[in-house]
Amino acid sequence: MSSSTTLDLLSLKQRAEVVAIDWAAISDNEGRRLRALGIDKGVSVEKLYKGMFGMNDPIALKVGRMMIAVRRSHARAISVCPVAVTIPA
Amino acid sequence: MSEIAPLIVLAGNPNSGKSALFNALTGARQKIANYPGVTVERKSGHFAFADGRPAELVDLPGSYSLDPTSPDEEVTRSVIMGLQKGERRPDAVILVLDAANLDNHLRFALEVIALGQPVVVALNMMDLAERDGLTLDPEKLSEALGVPVVPTVAVRRRGLEDLSAAVESRLQDKQGDSEPVIAKERGHGLSKQAKRIANLTVVSETAGRRWSERADRLFLHPFAGPLILFGVLFVMFQAVFAWSEAPIGWIESASEWVATTVEANLPAGFIRDFIIEGAIGGVGSVIVFLPQILILFLFILLLEASGYMTRAAFIMDRMMASVGLSGRSFIPLLSSFACAIPGIMATRSISDSKDRLTTILVAPLMTCSARLPVYAIIIGAFIPPTRVGPGIGLQGLVLFGLYVFGIVGAMIVALVLRSTVTKGPNSGFLMEMPKYQMPLIKDILIGLWQRAWIFLRRAGTIIFGATVVLWLLLTFPKVPEDSAMSQVDYSAAGRIANVIAPIVKPVGFDRDIALALIPAMAAREVAVAALATTYAIDAPDEEAEAKSLTERLQSRWSLPTALAFLAWFVFAPQCISTIAVTKRETNGWKWPTFMVIYLFGLAYLAAGITYWTAIALGL
Repeated sequence: MSSSTTLDLLSLKQRAEVVAIDWAAISDNEGRRLRALGIDKGVSVEKLYKGMFGMNDPIALKVGRMMIAVRRSHARAISVCPVAVTIPA
Repeated sequence: MSEIAPLIVLAGNPNSGKSALFNALTGARQKIANYPGVTVERKSGHFAFADGRPAELVDLPGSYSLDPTSPDEEVTRSVIMGLQKGERRPDAVILVLDAANLDNHLRFALEVIALGQPVVVALNMMDLAERDGLTLDPEKLSEALGVPVVPTVAVRRRGLEDLSAAVESRLQDKQGDSEPVIAKERGHGLSKQAKRIANLTVVSETAGRRWSERADRLFLHPFAGPLILFGVLFVMFQAVFAWSEAPIGWIESASEWVATTVEANLPAGFIRDFIIEGAIGGVGSVIVFLPQILILFLFILLLEASGYMTRAAFIMDRMMASVGLSGRSFIPLLSSFACAIPGIMATRSISDSKDRLTTILVAPLMTCSARLPVYAIIIGAFIPPTRVGPGIGLQGLVLFGLYVFGIVGAMIVALVLRSTVTKGPNSGFLMEMPKYQMPLIKDILIGLWQRAWIFLRRAGTIIFGATVVLWLLLTFPKVPEDSAMSQVDYSAAGRIANVIAPIVKPVGFDRDIALALIPAMAAREVAVAALATTYAIDAPDEEAEAKSLTERLQSRWSLPTALAFLAWFVFAPQCISTIAVTKRETNGWKWPTFMVIYLFGLAYLAAGITYWTAIALGL
């Protein structure tokens, strides 16, 4: 298991587990929404797509069986630990 | 059973197929209204149990949580808890879950079940779950949740009878709830519990067809994605203009035919004038928007129903974020280039209320098609058709400049609004991107019909009323027979123009222009006709009138005045229909009033700056 990073820096197609979320960096409402969309500590995510023309914002994530879009500003507050298995493309 | 039909509400996550289930249960006869005090839609309809007894069904807005993060979720929560103003306490809740997305949808389900209302779960989109390689056990889910679970496929009308039977038996024995196995947890613990129950329900999982994910590899490709979006939008706009031409013609000739018929069958006088110019003219000017609105909404509904809309929002988000909006605002703003009315109506898909309000307020700055006739005649009269480069004419360049002017204006206004009147935390653009789906023709048709009806009935009454008032202002008081003045000059509108004239004089407008601005409130393109009327007192026939409007303008207006007039039309809220729709969509007069004031202010400034600059440059 490699060292922890934040979601915005995670590479594409990489599966990772959310290890911590800096709730203080996210407003209450957004925090509730993040949890409502299934992002929480201990959840497994996969980074699928990035913004257009090589920009790293927004980010499309796979959470469970759902794909969601988050902005980089939120991704930065989410610490993840990459999981060794890479999903075959 | 009481005499009042029981109230049954449909609740569930967005993208759970809830609306498709609602359409399948109720058919096309639906009532749409707003909940009092908020711009949240209340969609209701009727359906009958097996024995024919009726029930009222309400489709609640899609929600992720009972811990509300939006007005939609707030309403969902209060309705289910029986606290919503203007809604009775529901007798039963149908919880709609996407069978292929249980880990996520069970969170909301657990919250709702914990409230203790009679609940029946519709395990919807079973076919798609099977296609994804999932085998589910509804019995196990029912055991874990402690409520009846009915597998359904709303789009194929499968499971509907079982669902209605389950609801019926649920209504009859409200006390007979089995003790839910679940604990009444909220917040952080919910996700784990949802996952645990989902795992219990999923019997087996094999790799299914994943064409939706493959499609995204193309549609969300960092370079091909934007190109495809551009292509889709190009086709959409071509269609809005190309397909609407014929129906607009039909509507125009139909209202002309009605007018001629009335003219032939009624004696001359006030009543006839009122019917022809006020009523028929007014109604005609409203429904002439309908073809473009329907075509635009056909595309928007298809994009929404297929799931592509969220991808378009994803692609455009970075750009929209730079002015404080999100990708969700992109399609409504783009639609406003055809007409601000469908654009403003399309803002309903923006979940963040401040984002939505900002989008509504800047939508009129997008150059709509009604402004083209005004631009065309002024540019034709004052801008020489010289070439400024290979294949680039000066006239086209000015027209392009006017579009850019509007877009840049909208961006600046959005930025300013976002840090003042619509100040608030950035919505953050958290959005689910559902799997692609084949849109159902029936659902699209119902959606189209609903948009058309909202426009015709709600906006129609206000637009029609305002048009009649304008007509009255232009018609009364009647000019005396022996007066040398024209009717328009003598009318109340003419007198109002006399009041406005000194105000607009500094920005280069004379009294005739002030007069033309008044009827142009009904629709911008009327400005051209109004100028023609004012300048046509001595024209021998209509053809000469039309031919010479350009010459008349050239002889009466200076170039600075013409440029100022163009700048005015970039910003001025010269469209009562837009104001009416804004009133409806923001649920009150506060924001349309604000919009009118700021737009007139900007128009005045823009016209003034243009005029003074042009004078200073010696044009």
